Amino acid sequence: MSVEALHRPTTAARRGRALLDDERWLGRLLLAPAILYIALLVGFPFLVGLYYSVSDATVGTRVLNFVGLENFRLVLANETFWQSLRNAVAFTLISQVLVVVLGKVLAMALYRDFRGKWLVRFLILLPWVAPISLGSIGWLWIFDPVYSIINWTARALGLLGLQVWPIWLGQPDLAMASVIMVNVWRLLPLATVIILAGLSSIPQDIHDAAAMDGAGFWRHLFRINIPLVMPIMLVALLFDMIVIYVLTRGGPYDTTQVIASMAFFTGIQGGDLAGGAAIALFLFPVLMAVAILFLTLARRAEVA
Amino acid sequence: MATVETRELRKRFDGVAAVDGIDLPVREGEFLVLLGPSGCGKTTLLRMIAGLETPSTGDVLIDGRVVTPLPPRDRNIAMVFQSYALYPHLSVASNIAFPLEARGMRGAAVQERVKRAAAMFGIERLLKRKPRQLSGGERQRVALARAVVREPVVFLLDEPLSNLDAQLRSAARDELQQFQRRLGTTTIYVTHDQIEALGLGDRIAVLDHGRIHQLGTPLEIYADPADTFVATFIGSPPMNLVETGETITGFRPEQLLPAEARPGGETMNAFSFDVSRVEYLGADSLVYGTLAPPWPPSRVIARLPVGGDLTMTAGQRREFFVCERDLRRFDRASGRRVP
Repeated sequence: MSVEALHRPTTAARRGRALLDDERWLGRLLLAPAILYIALLVGFPFLVGLYYSVSDATVGTRVLNFVGLENFRLVLANETFWQSLRNAVAFTLISQVLVVVLGKVLAMALYRDFRGKWLVRFLILLPWVAPISLGSIGWLWIFDPVYSIINWTARALGLLGLQVWPIWLGQPDLAMASVIMVNVWRLLPLATVIILAGLSSIPQDIHDAAAMDGAGFWRHLFRINIPLVMPIMLVALLFDMIVIYVLTRGGPYDTTQVIASMAFFTGIQGGDLAGGAAIALFLFPVLMAVAILFLTLARRAEVA
Repeated sequence: MATVETRELRKRFDGVAAVDGIDLPVREGEFLVLLGPSGCGKTTLLRMIAGLETPSTGDVLIDGRVVTPLPPRDRNIAMVFQSYALYPHLSVASNIAFPLEARGMRGAAVQERVKRAAAMFGIERLLKRKPRQLSGGERQRVALARAVVREPVVFLLDEPLSNLDAQLRSAARDELQQFQRRLGTTTIYVTHDQIEALGLGDRIAVLDHGRIHQLGTPLEIYADPADTFVATFIGSPPMNLVETGETITGFRPEQLLPAEARPGGETMNAFSFDVSRVEYLGADSLVYGTLAPPWPPSRVIARLPVGGDLTMTAGQRREFFVCERDLRRFDRASGRRVP
């Protein structure tokens, strides 16, 4: 073989490289795994869900019959569904407000330099990196009716009267508060980091200019900081909402039934696949509208 | 209008002195330029006067009153930043109104003053736009309008022209000076560009390594540099320096005259040199070369006006002269000027 032949690539290899050099093909190639993933794990189940929701599918059936909107009519007549919807809305709104306010406060604190900042940052991020099951089990112990560490600490400090012993997950109002608390604990780290990134992206000159122009703390916060962090905060909010519905499935305890958990209990544990699908799909238009609204707002608020 | 003064002002960052004991008296209504290479401490000095940076030691005085412990908003100083630092989410009108609203002004009075400030810089038609829809020159005008709108007693300008292209810069320089003369507000201007400094300043403070090397009028700074740093930092090309024993002799390139242009009635010093290169620059040409004995072989540059019938070519040894009164002498060890 001549030296020249050694340096000449084979035609197949050359064609492959030409394909990679072509931006159109390279782009498609790089996007393919993500599209495949979404299609198989989100798109396919979604289509199956759509199909089930207008059928009479149960866990045992092999033949599906089309029943139109019958499942949706049944869902609307169900009192538990309305209760779940109210719970879901309260759960989401209260969690989000707490997460955004606390995340903003934490981000402002972490934005400044101080000794041991890395440790605080690490501790704040811990809930996000800890496995959700592990965290939930920990909280289960913290909320235990007999051994609740919150109650024991409060009693030891003399904060709880002798007759008072809250059952965190047993009393309806406390149960909702507890679940919200765990949810906030889990979402806070990510929100903090995202808002911190937003804060850090504001040039120092802008802060200096506001100081020269005579802005005090609150004016600086509401006229400069929050408007400039708003686009990224909206994205954080949207992401958090999806996390609630997809990851936590409405919280681990059925004392706080929300839409997603109800769909799970009806469809999988109760065996009524069609009914479960109808419940799960009920919020789809709402969620989609919210997602579109937030993304539009975020883009409009974005600044050069 | 006010006077500004710094006394023994120092700022250390991690043990390194960025500003190292500066005493700077700024007169009422004066246009003072802080000039120096990057990292000389001029911006840190400006930020301490503004109140954005806390001095390690020393004091800042405005109108004879110590303001060192006061935050920026209590000093009634306005600042224009190199990046202009316009609020990107606010319209031009809201940007200009911001300092007024921060002082508790409301309603029609704000609108009235925003309009007046906008008119001063010819940006009335831009009031509804967002900063990202403006060109560099327009942004600079908005930043100036925002600075003047609340009628501060002192303006601080941190390289406000460095983001403009060369043509716009000379026009903006002219406007800046006119508007400062009209308002008569004490102005401190930071730049590393000597053309800007010489053209704009009533006085110039030349800084390096956190110290003031010389404070004087543009003419004094150029013609009578206090030390070799100022001599070589000002002027392009810089002053020629020739080491002769314990002293350094300096002269400007345009003062190195060819034998043919030698004026009568002056005490002249001969400086012959071997021409190595001639650079044609339009109105002038620069002649590079190495001094011939009895001088040490220093590299020197002469600036000659183009147009005479003088021709210089590389490789020639030519006779040059410098008037005795144009020679500046510096101490070799300290670099300071000696009489």
